[in-house]
Formats: sequence, C-alpha cells, structure tokens
Amino acid sequence: MKSLRRFFERLFSSGTRQTQEERLREEIEEHIALQTAENLRAGLSPVEARRQAMLKFGGVEAMKQDYRAERGLPLIEDLLQDLRFALRLLRKSPGFTAVAVATLAIAIGANAVVFSVLNALILNPLHVPNAESLYAIQHGNEASLSQSYPDYLDLRNRNRTLEGLAAANGAIAGLDAGSNPSRVWVYEVSGNYFDVMGIQPYLGRLIHDSDEHGPNSAPYIVLSYAYWHNHFEDDRSVVGRVVQVNKHPFTIVGVAPPDFHGTLVFFNPDFYMPIVNAEQVEPQNHLNERGHRWVFMTLGHVKSGVTLAQAVADLNSIGSYLEKTYPKDDDKRSFTLARPSLYGDLLGKPMRAFMTGLMLLAGLILIAACANLGSLFAARAADRSREVALRLALGARRSRVLRQLFTEALMLSVMGGIVGICGSVVLLRGLSAWQPFARWPIYLAVNPDANVYGVAVLLTVASGFLFGAVPVRQVLHTDPYEIVKSGSLWKVGRRMPVRDLVLVVEIAICAVLVTSSLVAVRGVVRSMHSNFGFEPHNAMLADTDLSMAGHSGESVAEMQKRMIHALETIPAVKSVGLVDAAPLAAGGFTGALAFTDETTDLRPGNAAARAYMFSISPEYFDAAGTPLLSGRVFGWHDDKNSRPVAVVNQEFARMVFGSMAKAMGNYFKKRDGTRVQVVGIVGDGKYSSVTEAPQPAMFVPILQSPSSQTYLVVRSSRDAGQLIAAIRDTVRGLDAGLPLYVEPWSQALDAPLFGPRMATLSLGVLGAMGAMLSITGIFGMAAYAVSKRLRELGIRMALGAQRKEVLQAALGRALKLLSFGSAAGLLLGILASRVLASIVYQATSRDPLVLTGTLLTMALLGLIATWIPAQRALSVDPAILLREE
Amino acid sequence: MVLKTLDVLGPLHGYGIARRIEQISGDLLAVNQGTLYPVLLKLEQEGAITSDWGASENNRRARFYRLTREGRKQLQVETQDWEQTAAIIGRFFELKAEDLS
Repeated sequence: MKSLRRFFERLFSSGTRQTQEERLREEIEEHIALQTAENLRAGLSPVEARRQAMLKFGGVEAMKQDYRAERGLPLIEDLLQDLRFALRLLRKSPGFTAVAVATLAIAIGANAVVFSVLNALILNPLHVPNAESLYAIQHGNEASLSQSYPDYLDLRNRNRTLEGLAAANGAIAGLDAGSNPSRVWVYEVSGNYFDVMGIQPYLGRLIHDSDEHGPNSAPYIVLSYAYWHNHFEDDRSVVGRVVQVNKHPFTIVGVAPPDFHGTLVFFNPDFYMPIVNAEQVEPQNHLNERGHRWVFMTLGHVKSGVTLAQAVADLNSIGSYLEKTYPKDDDKRSFTLARPSLYGDLLGKPMRAFMTGLMLLAGLILIAACANLGSLFAARAADRSREVALRLALGARRSRVLRQLFTEALMLSVMGGIVGICGSVVLLRGLSAWQPFARWPIYLAVNPDANVYGVAVLLTVASGFLFGAVPVRQVLHTDPYEIVKSGSLWKVGRRMPVRDLVLVVEIAICAVLVTSSLVAVRGVVRSMHSNFGFEPHNAMLADTDLSMAGHSGESVAEMQKRMIHALETIPAVKSVGLVDAAPLAAGGFTGALAFTDETTDLRPGNAAARAYMFSISPEYFDAAGTPLLSGRVFGWHDDKNSRPVAVVNQEFARMVFGSMAKAMGNYFKKRDGTRVQVVGIVGDGKYSSVTEAPQPAMFVPILQSPSSQTYLVVRSSRDAGQLIAAIRDTVRGLDAGLPLYVEPWSQALDAPLFGPRMATLSLGVLGAMGAMLSITGIFGMAAYAVSKRLRELGIRMALGAQRKEVLQAALGRALKLLSFGSAAGLLLGILASRVLASIVYQATSRDPLVLTGTLLTMALLGLIATWIPAQRALSVDPAILLREE
Repeated sequence: MVLKTLDVLGPLHGYGIARRIEQISGDLLAVNQGTLYPVLLKLEQEGAITSDWGASENNRRARFYRLTREGRKQLQVETQDWEQTAAIIGRFFELKAEDLS
C-alpha cells in the first residue's frame, strides 16, 4: 500500500519536474543560509561561514542526483531522456537512419514472411483437433498415399492401432445449382471422414457413416464454406436444396466450417460428397477394383498410447495378409505413416527441406544485416568518441553511456521491425489471395497469427541487442583522459579480420545469388522458346468432361466427333484435335507399361518401358503441331473393331525396339497382353515438366481407348478473346449443359513453368536482399575507414596528395574486399548453376551475357556503397580539420 | 529519527531537523546534512509527513515539514519495532554463561 502510493507519487512527479527542481534549489539555499547565519553567530568570517556551511551540507550535485532518484522513477526517466536523445541523433543523420531502418525492415520482414509460410505449411497446417496424432498411410516403397478402395476397406476394418481410418479423393465435377453448370472440385470422402477429423458443421450436418449403404446410396453433398460464401451468397436456406452433380441429383446437407479445407494443405475443394457415390463423377467405377490405386489418401489418428512403430507394424501385418490373399492385384503392400498435409513424403520431404533452407537463409540475412548495422554503429561510435569521452569525464557511468547506445539500437530495430511487420502483412495478404493456377483450386492462407507476430517481435528485439552490442567494447575501453587530452580517436590499427571476413562472405553470397538469378532468368526466357514437341502458340485448349453432361458409353465418341466437326467450321480455325491429357497442361497422365513382343511373362519388372499414353483423335498431331517423322497417322477407321495401333515417339522406339527403323510396322505388348502395331513415329516432346529428360510416349486412337475427359486442341491464328468466345458458343450450341474451360495452351504452360519461375523469382528476391546487404556492409566499412582516418587524409591533402591517392587510401580496402568477394562468388555461382539445371531449363552460367551482367552488377554495388564515404573523404578541408584538432 | 524529531518539536524546516538530530545525538551523527533531503522526500511520498511553505526565523521562505496522522502511526509501529529489537539485542548482551547452565 505504502510502496504503491509512493510509486504513483513518483510516476506523477515525473511530470512536475521543473517545479520540484525549483523547490529543491530553494530549500538548499535556505538551508545553507541558515547554517551560514549560525556560523556567523559563532564568530566566523562571512566567507568562512558560508564555506563551512557548504562543507557541512556535502556534495550538492550528488545530493541532487540522489534526490532526483528518490523523487521520480529514474529508469523510466533515463529511458525517456535516452529516447529523446536518440531521436535527435537519428534525425540529425537521416541517411543512416533510413539505411538502417530499411535494412532491418527487409531482414525482419523476410523472416516474418518465411516464418508465416513455414507456419502455414509445416508447423500448423491443418486446422483439425489433435492434428499431432493425424497420419496418412503411405506405401513403404514409394512416396504415395493412394490405395485401392477394397484395400482401404481392409485397412480400415482390420487395424487395431488407428482411431478410425478415413479416405478422401479429389475429383472434378459439373455442379448445376439451377443456373449455369460449372466445373467444381470435389472431395470424395468416406462416410467417417468428418468424424475421424473431428469436424463440426458450420451449417446443417456433415456426412456420416450411417449415410453409406453401398454404391450410389448417399446422394448428399457438404459445401465448403468458401464455395457457399462465394456462390450461394451465405444463403442459409441452401440446406436441403437439391442440385445436379454430373446430372445426378444430390441434396445439400450442410456447410463445412470456414477454416477446414480438406486434408491437403494447399488444395481447397468446393464441396464434399460420399466416396460410395464416386461412380457418378468418375469416368469409371473403380470401387471394386483392388488393383487400381485411385483413392488419393487414407488417414486417421493413431490411438493414444500406441507408438508410431506399433501402428506401422500393425498396418504391415495387414499388408502381408493382403499380399498373400490377393497376389495378382498389386505386388507390394508395405506401409509407413506420414503427414497428410503435404501428401506424405512426396511433397512433404522436399517442402520441409526447402522451407528449412529458406528459414535458415532468412536467419542468415538477419544476422548479416545485424553485422552490417553493427559496423555502421561502430563507425558512428567512433565519430562520437569525443562526446563519449566527455560524458565519461564529467562523471557519467559507463553503464549509462552503454544504455544510451542500446536505446538507440533498440529504437532503430523497433522502427525497422514495425515497418518490416507491416510490409510482411501486406505481402502475406497478397500471397493468401494468390491463386497461381486458374484451373486448380490451389492456394494457401498464410495470414500471420500470434506465433508469427511473437517471432517477429522477438527477432526485432534480439537484432537490436545484437547490433547494439558491437560498439560495446569501444566504449568500455574508452580512456576519457587520453581522448580529451590528445583528441586521438580509437586505437588505430585494429584490423577487425572477423568483420572483414563476414563482409567478404556477404559479397560472395551476393555474387552467387546475382549469378544464379541471371542464369535462371536466361533459362526461363529460353524455355519459353524451346522445343516442347508441340507448338503452344496459336493453340487453344478446351477442357471438357462429357460425363458432367451425362454422356456415357457410345454417345461419348459420337459427341466428341460432333464437337470436332463443329469447331472446324469456326472461321480461321486451321485444325481441331482431341487428346485425353494435353502435354504440359494437365495432370494425371495415363502411364502404360510396354513390353517387347517376345516377352511372355508380363510382370511389371519385365517391362521395356513405362510410357505416357495419350488417347488422341486423328487430327491431334496436326492441331498440336507435333511433327510426324515417319509412317502414318491413324484415322477414324481405327476403332474398337480394327486391330490395335499406336504412334510412338522416338524415345519409345529406341527403348522398346532399339531404333526407329526396327519400330516401324512392328508390334509391342501392353500389360493385358494386347499386341499393338506401331504405325507411325513422332518427335520427342516434353510431357509433364520442361526440364524432364526425353520420355517414352505412345499415342493411341481415342476410339480404341476411350475417355470422356478430353482437351480439344484448336489451332488458329485468330485473336484469343474472339476465339474463346467462338469456341464457347459452338460447344454450347451442341450441349448447353456441358461445363467448358478454355485457355490458350501457352497459358496452360504456367503450371509446369511454375517451379522455374518461382525459383527465378526467389533467387531474384534473395539476390536483391544480398545486394542490399552488401551495399550496407561495404558502406559501413568504408564509412568507418574514412571517419577513422579523416585526420590522416587531411594531412595527406595538406601535403599535396591527389584526389586519386586520397580515395585509394580511404577506400582501397573496401574495394579490395569487394573484388575478392565478387570473384569468389562468381566462381561459386558457376558451380551452383549445375544444381539450378535440375529446376530451370538449360541453365548454364557459361554465357557471356550472364558473366558481364554479374560483373556489372557487382561494380554498380561497389559504386553505390562507396559513393557517400568517397564524397566525405574528398570534401575534407585540411585547414578546418587541422585547426579543429 | 526524523519522525520522532517532528513528533516532539512540531513543524520544522529541513535545516531545523538536521540541527536537532545533530544536537540530540550530541554531534555524534554529523553526516552530510544534504542527505536529509532525499529522506524527507521519501517520507513525504509515503505520506508520513507533509510540507508547506512558511516563514523561517529570519523571515525567509522555507519549507516546513509536519507529521501526519499516518506518520504518527508509523512512528508508533517503528518505535515498538525498535524497542523490541533493542530489547532482544539487550538481552543477548546481558547474557552470562551461568544463565544457560
């Protein structure tokens, strides 16, 4: 109570300083006057009386200090005083402040952004209860989570270590809610999916086990919150409404909660439907096929008290049972458990490695930024050595001086942190709203949460202390007597080899990044003009799934022919082809095993090639611009009733037959034993990635290998917008209920080029950061060198040194470090581009443009960084400088 | 000591307090008089004393310190505490070996 009262008194009195100070002065005066009077009465002379009174009173200033300490809260008052002082200092050197705040803002912002992404992707990916015990079943021998439906049922029913096992599969479907039919993404889920996840509905109810009564028994769908919000305008009465999914009636039973997006972290389905009804949206019914792994993932919580190893052992015992019981359907069934959020190890491993690397890099950037600011700070502290010495001489404690320096550093870091966090929030908002692929529902909410803010604040404070600590030794070793007496600066001659080394490493890393980003940019530019085996320009892809409009069986081929003929009549259309999966545009290519004709044991291990298989219409090669090297293209007469034929690419011919000549007219076998005759050979191409090595591919007539999901390839040199409208109108004229997605083939390439572009972008961003750090680093070092040797430079000039010599003396060391670092970085960059070659098409650094570009960039960096210190060195006026000292 | 002085002598200014303490202690406690003021401030902030401007003996403006009710209470408590402590210490000094045998 007493101390609390005192605290408030003290807090309050901080505001009334002036009057309090006045009061104290008066009291002291009165005290001394009284004592003097008494001394006078005791018979002392007036002068002696006053002197004795003063002596008796003791040190007035020290007592005032104590008095002030008792009166206010010295810690806070000192802090305010330091803050005011720091603010004044920073305002006096806006250049330094801007550089420091910008450096810190970028470094802290980069950390905040990378940490948010790390947080959203890896640390806290799925917003389901008890996410830490949620695992997906992964195949032991490959990074795949997919299972056949019968295997899933066995795994679910026979295991004793999982708290229920759910299944989910992504698919695309046509949803007709009364107005326009649209293409939407659907999660086909097992009845227990939501219950295993522990998800509660936002509206209505979710799907439960009790809904399942065999195939096509549960015509219910649950909308995702986002789809309900965007397409049903938050209409709460949708529950109970009947909609058409691929022309089958389904009832909307509920809406999923807002923060649930399925169990693959970046894939956001539009609605959920029971997997037992999968036949109604999938081209074929696979529910009973044990040999076909089409269920995208199976997942469940490991029971509490069960270790991961026990659960894996349990699953593997089921695996060996399945292997024994159904040997024909699948050869190997060993299982492990993996995180579902990034599809097990397939994406999880590289993403974890990538994000860890990125986080480390961001941390390094922050440390480098702190090192740079530290040397800038040391330079400033050197400039202020006289001030510090004077303060020490007047009786300031060293801790007080240090506290002031730290206050300044922390103020800078807090300013930088605030700017950085604000910037990263803006950036993250953009990133969350960003959908890189128009076709796919792929995006990731990376809005910062409390974790992110916590880390950012922590980093801000830590970095403030880190770079504030650099000049501590200078201050501790200050000898005020020496400095005030002789005016000498800090002991000259300390070489700071560590700081130099850090700087060289920084410059080298910067040079590596500059080299790599230039290499990557060149690679991406080149890849846009490389040979894909088809011509993406002037070609339009129209993606349709006839099953969405209720077509099946014979009517599919009929409709496809009608669409091709109708589109051919559009003016200026040169040719129209059909393919079940367009190269470099679609995912989910069909793979087929090819055996030589002599092979009789058709086990997967005996296959001569695992080839891409494309079902095409006769005009496809013409429309795609794929060159036919020899033989013929098949026609519409190559149908189910004629013998199986195929056109293969060069790589296929080489792998299965040995050469193109041997392949022509000869036969190969498919896994089911069908003998297929090669009737033509086309050039190699790129199918799923621009950097892939030549892959074998076969093209078969769509009538022999039908598919309802196809891309129409329309070649025309007409304006894209007009052409898209014409294609839409034509297809709608044939079937108004068919959802259609049209985009230029060149635009569809965005997906395969995403990786290289992202790599280029991130290298560019990192390169820019590296450049910035190098600039501040060189600047700090050069500024320090100049201010340290200002007097020496003045004397040199007074003795007649030329500008060139002065510059050399002042900046020689910085420039030497720069060229040394750049050379090392360039060499490393040339080595690093070999790694880049796996991501970016034809990445090579042995490119005169890249080399000159790097050298020019580094020279420019040096120029920018040393400009201000050079100006300062040159503007030294020896007369003023020498007189001053 | 400050509280007791004020209790006995009524309102006093800083110099007066310092002088009285010196006199009462028989000039044995001749510390720097300046150190008194921070103590006075502390007591005032704690509410044990208050201060007002008044005229000193030679008719100058001086600050007079006066004990408050709270201060009187505090003095009582502290007096008791001190007497208790002194009594305990005193007993130790009076202690002789045979008292414990």
